[in-house]
Amino acid sequence: MAEGAVKTGNVDNDGKVRAATRVKDRTWLLKHAILLVGILFMIFPFLWMLATSFKQGAEVYGINLIPREPTWANFTNLLKDTDYLRWYLNSTVVAMVVTASELFFDSMAGYALAKLRFPGRSIILMVILSTLMIPTEMLIIPWYMMFTKAGWIDTLWGVMLPGLISAFGVFLMTQFMSGIPGDLLDAARIDGLNEFGVWWHVALRLVKPALAALAILVFLGNWNAFLWPVIVIESSATRTLPVGLSLFSGGEAGSEWQLIMAAASLAVIPVLMVFAFFQRQIVQGIALTGMKS
Amino acid sequence: MALPLLFFLGVRIYPALLAFNVSLHEWDIMSRARPFVGLDNFRQLAADPVFWKAATNTFWYVAITVPAELALGLAVASLIQSVNKFQGFYRTVYFIPYITSTVAVSWVWRWLYFKNGGILNQLLLAVGLPAQPFLSGPAQALYSIAAVVVWQALGYQVIIFLAGLEMIPPTFKEAAKIDGANAWQIFRRITLPLLNPTIVFLAVLGTISSLQIFAQIMNMTSGGSGQGDLGGPLNSTLSLVVYIYSLAFYKFKMGYASAITVVLFAVILVVTLVQMKVLNRRIEY
Amino acid sequence: MRKRWQVVTVLALAATLFLVPGASGVFAKQVTIEYWQYYYESKAKTMDELIKIFEKQNPEIVVEHKTFPYEQFNQKVAISVPAGKGPDVVNLYYGWAPKYVEAGYLQPLPVDEFSPRMIENEFLPMVDAVKLNGKYWGLPTAVRALALFWNKDLFKEAGLDPNKPPRTWEQLQDYAVKMTKQDKGQLLQEGYAWNAGGQDNHVFVQVLLRQWGVNPFSPDNKKVLWNSKPGGYEAFEWWTNLATRYKVGEPEFMGDYRTAFISGKAAMMIDGSFALGTLKSKAKDINWGVTTLPVREANGVKSNFGSFWLNGLTVNARGEKREAAIKFLKFLTSPEVMKRWLTDVGELPARQALAEDADLQKDPIYGPFLAGLKYAHATFFVDETSERQALIDATNEVLLKGTNPRTALDQLVQAEQKVRDGYFK
Repeated sequence: MAEGAVKTGNVDNDGKVRAATRVKDRTWLLKHAILLVGILFMIFPFLWMLATSFKQGAEVYGINLIPREPTWANFTNLLKDTDYLRWYLNSTVVAMVVTASELFFDSMAGYALAKLRFPGRSIILMVILSTLMIPTEMLIIPWYMMFTKAGWIDTLWGVMLPGLISAFGVFLMTQFMSGIPGDLLDAARIDGLNEFGVWWHVALRLVKPALAALAILVFLGNWNAFLWPVIVIESSATRTLPVGLSLFSGGEAGSEWQLIMAAASLAVIPVLMVFAFFQRQIVQGIALTGMKS
Repeated sequence: MALPLLFFLGVRIYPALLAFNVSLHEWDIMSRARPFVGLDNFRQLAADPVFWKAATNTFWYVAITVPAELALGLAVASLIQSVNKFQGFYRTVYFIPYITSTVAVSWVWRWLYFKNGGILNQLLLAVGLPAQPFLSGPAQALYSIAAVVVWQALGYQVIIFLAGLEMIPPTFKEAAKIDGANAWQIFRRITLPLLNPTIVFLAVLGTISSLQIFAQIMNMTSGGSGQGDLGGPLNSTLSLVVYIYSLAFYKFKMGYASAITVVLFAVILVVTLVQMKVLNRRIEY
Repeated sequence: MRKRWQVVTVLALAATLFLVPGASGVFAKQVTIEYWQYYYESKAKTMDELIKIFEKQNPEIVVEHKTFPYEQFNQKVAISVPAGKGPDVVNLYYGWAPKYVEAGYLQPLPVDEFSPRMIENEFLPMVDAVKLNGKYWGLPTAVRALALFWNKDLFKEAGLDPNKPPRTWEQLQDYAVKMTKQDKGQLLQEGYAWNAGGQDNHVFVQVLLRQWGVNPFSPDNKKVLWNSKPGGYEAFEWWTNLATRYKVGEPEFMGDYRTAFISGKAAMMIDGSFALGTLKSKAKDINWGVTTLPVREANGVKSNFGSFWLNGLTVNARGEKREAAIKFLKFLTSPEVMKRWLTDVGELPARQALAEDADLQKDPIYGPFLAGLKYAHATFFVDETSERQALIDATNEVLLKGTNPRTALDQLVQAEQKVRDGYFK
């Protein structure tokens, strides 16, 4: 919790000035109070979600946060009656494969565009950048038609394909790769590495923070993606977590809020646990990509 | 390099061209005949009250969420920056909604908003206020959804604003303080101008994502035997993307739906171009 | 140098292609046909068992059974048309049939196997809802009708006789008012599970209107006549008054009307025979009964809404697939399958002889539905989704915006007429 103070950077430079203002600053209590009220707004929906997911019967509609007779029944019913674990697995596979693919291809393309000279380079860069302007909404109907013809509807491959390389990722990696000094790469070339080796052994190492940031963004984006998956997925066994959760809550759960909240909890809690471990990296990564673009 | 290029041509460029093509046809997925109709779909669009309802709603989503996100984001970020303790903790907690699944939090909020037995109404009643329809009232549904959008996006805004604030050299502020400027003057004269690129970036990002609002509406107001339609009671929450989705995948009017995607594309293009203009000017300055 | 680069891309490409699922194996000498229906647990399970029986009888035929969630079913079927990858035999809501026929997706039933005379003699008259352009485009295994469900415990609690459900709409309104519980404007218990998107939609069109003296449609189904007589306005007003003036129920209460009833929070609801399965499994804690729909006055006009899901042949079924599909269709509409369907799914047989079975008529649960079948009307929908939505919107205008019911009905008829004009143009 103390790392925040260190990171502002003010303390090191102007420690004395800062200390002086702190004494004067009598508003700190009010500031913390406002922030804490804000936190209550941020957190309450999750608390209520958890509370409902452990309730049963008439208590579901009760106003008490702590269930009087907490029960695991909603969770066990959910796991028994739905393919929840399958949806989890699907989401994990989709998010991991797309992330791996993007890291590989985006960084490779970014490296080539930033550091290699070949004919048509600027045209290729233009083409890729221009696709940033095309919103996904415009593509879903053509994708649906194309994928129907190819037989990729209702497959995980169909879910993943449109995201395997992203223009944003290529753009981001090009930005970072151009920041690498050419001398370093030349030195590696003189040492006998081929271009693949230079990219793999030298360039990638130097943009590690950017890679990590991209990985976080892509993983989160795919883990939570809804628009395209809900169109391309048909059967229960192919559903990703958001699609499964949406269809289950809107249909099969039959307005039983305790089940819906249990399903939502299962979708949210593991992500929060991962976030708790990597929160600093995640937050910094997001800030990094935000600044670069 | 060939593979990524082919990928972009096949998965982005070609489908985009196909979308333009489809928008010029009467393309009902259930019939084999797909006559070329020129701009008929666009003409029909101009006279379609539901399209205008969706467009107006989408405008309101942007007009409500973007300023609210910016104002709250900047306020929270400034507060966090100005306290000396627990900065990391605050930042982390405000960020939680952003990383959680939109579908999941939409259902959580649907339950909070639930008219008969939802916690918000129970709290209102407990303090002696009348219960509200929230999502089931045509007058409140759109605001209720916009509030959730702001709630979820706030954390991201805070992170980016904090990064922006940290890049402002503290000496600027100290100098102003010595000159006798008060906190508001410092904020108005120093912080805000220096944050301009950040604000523009976040405004554009927020605008584009609000223009594309979909999952929240689909999960908060669709379904339920009372409402039937995807866009809430009397289409009060219908957005352009939800309308596109329902036209294309519920009513199978691919040509007509594509025409709306073309309109959406044009709007987003304009926003992006304006952004580039504004941003470039800022950076030169 | 460059080679290495190429090897990597080729490998990556191969790896990604590996993820594409291979085509499913096709067995020689057997005909495989696909059957699609939406997912409903008891329907899907029973169909799996029936297919096993059918395959035993016809070893040369393999039936692949695919189900989809109800919300997506229409979409999935429709989208499979241009792809040519859809089912050979498909289960469709009868109200969707005109759209599919118009799209050239279904083929008419072969006259030599399913002669119109045989159909008219042996099946319930309701099935002529799928007689389009003089041809039959499919036949159901089962039909459904509506009935009034009531919660005996809540009747008792309100001082009403738990064994005397309302016989007239006036009684229904009285009882509903007595059993509605409110607190500070919050509904705690519904006297009647009022809804517009569920079965009440049909109750208004085929039951209330007829009992208020209005024929809902012209004989050729081209004109919407709901506001053609004062009775139409009165019926609509009476119906919406239940929700606005008497406030006996809200469409969104507990999520939906059936959930409200199952949770014991609604004293009465109108639902179809297809709800019996859910009720039997989920409403164990409540003591419910079921009876025929109320009438306007004692000995007044009785009416009901009948509906069904037809099994149709798609244009995909050609050559030997068509032969196999016809065999399967005959099997699905056979008396044996209908009997099985009744016991396992709870839907009523579509054959007249079975529907008139004396034992069944006396059954306390199936009886009221079978009685209703005798005077049931099936609405001829041209676009069921849009027509239902228009009705929901009209009630929302009245319920949520306070629009005058008369104005709302006029607008509604206009909207419904527009849908029909689009179809009959």
